[in-house]
Amino acid sequence: MTYAADVAALARKDLLLELRAKETLPAMLLFVVAALTVFHFALPRGTGHVAALGLLWIALVFTALLGLTRAFVPEREQGLIDALVLTPADRSAIWLAKTLAVLAFLAVAEVVALPAFAAFFSAVDGRTVAAVALADVGICAVGTLTGAMAVTGRARELLLPLLFLPLAIPVVVGGVGASAGAGGRYLGFLVLYDAIFGLLAWASFEYVVAET
Amino acid sequence: MLTAHDLSKRFGVKRVFERVELEVARGELVLVTGPNGSGKTTLLRVLAGLAAPTGGELVRPRRGEIGFLGHEPHLYRELTPLENLALFGRLYRVPEHRERSGMLLERFGLWHVRHERVSTFSRGMQQRLALCRVLLHDPGLLLLDEPFNALDADGAALLDRTLAELADRALVLATHDPRRVESLATRRLALA
Repeated sequence: MTYAADVAALARKDLLLELRAKETLPAMLLFVVAALTVFHFALPRGTGHVAALGLLWIALVFTALLGLTRAFVPEREQGLIDALVLTPADRSAIWLAKTLAVLAFLAVAEVVALPAFAAFFSAVDGRTVAAVALADVGICAVGTLTGAMAVTGRARELLLPLLFLPLAIPVVVGGVGASAGAGGRYLGFLVLYDAIFGLLAWASFEYVVAET
Repeated sequence: MLTAHDLSKRFGVKRVFERVELEVARGELVLVTGPNGSGKTTLLRVLAGLAAPTGGELVRPRRGEIGFLGHEPHLYRELTPLENLALFGRLYRVPEHRERSGMLLERFGLWHVRHERVSTFSRGMQQRLALCRVLLHDPGLLLLDEPFNALDADGAALLDRTLAELADRALVLATHDPRRVESLATRRLALA
């Protein structure tokens, strides 16, 4: 109960900060709509459905990266990571709360992105929505961990994409495969990815923010 | 409360401090002095557990027993004082943290701005709020790095009174101007 309450308090804080600052979500929305618009005009007529899906996943991954880049800004600018790790709260609660907050922002961006994709390219079916939902969990789990690693290091803007994008490749593979109708095994793959990397990220966050 | 034996810290080849011996019991105030760049801030971060020592031994209380005030106020700028203190009150498991937050805000003259965002505060007001945050969970060990920074005369007087009232705690206070707290200090540690 205490752990859940800590996570809730920290996640509520992140949502409240975004509600007031309005920095992350507008940027994500603008980026994903702009990306899909550019893809729409860049792709020649008659481009296959699978190619279009690939571009959707690229747009979603980079939209997520934009959100993740901003996820730890308050903690970084005000040195708040120090204050949070000094509390008796389990440090993994910080990771889980931040992951949930980023997941919420990404979900809102996708509520706009998926209809935009449907308008520009082709209809989005249930498999694609399920793949997006599962991919979001994995993206946010590893992205939050790598975001925390980047915030404590130098060259943060360079470090985060370098750490995050290779880990996001399996998500893209699974997402495109599931969206393109290659069967439930890609959805199963995404579930497995989420479970393994979610657990790894949860367990290792403590060491990312540990004293150096 | 806190024991450091032969403590040292270096970043790469740069030695920050070496062979620091320190023992702080409840009721003691150790004044850490030294010029800029002598390692006062790094020493306090090591004592708090925010940085690992390179050598030596360190015994400190568990996390919830430590109150740390660094150079940054450690406040969410888009939250109000009440919201900041509610968050840390929750994380530090402070019983009736709302009442305690109100008491501290009143004590440090911030009750009238309790619903305003920290981003609208002056640096001195942020420092007062940071002191509220540090004292919220009533820690047994206080590590204060330049706590008088940015405080006006009233704020400094408030802090003087608060430090006197915290005489039953273990305090380590780093400052480059020790005159203010010399009368309260039980011991002094000078870093070169």
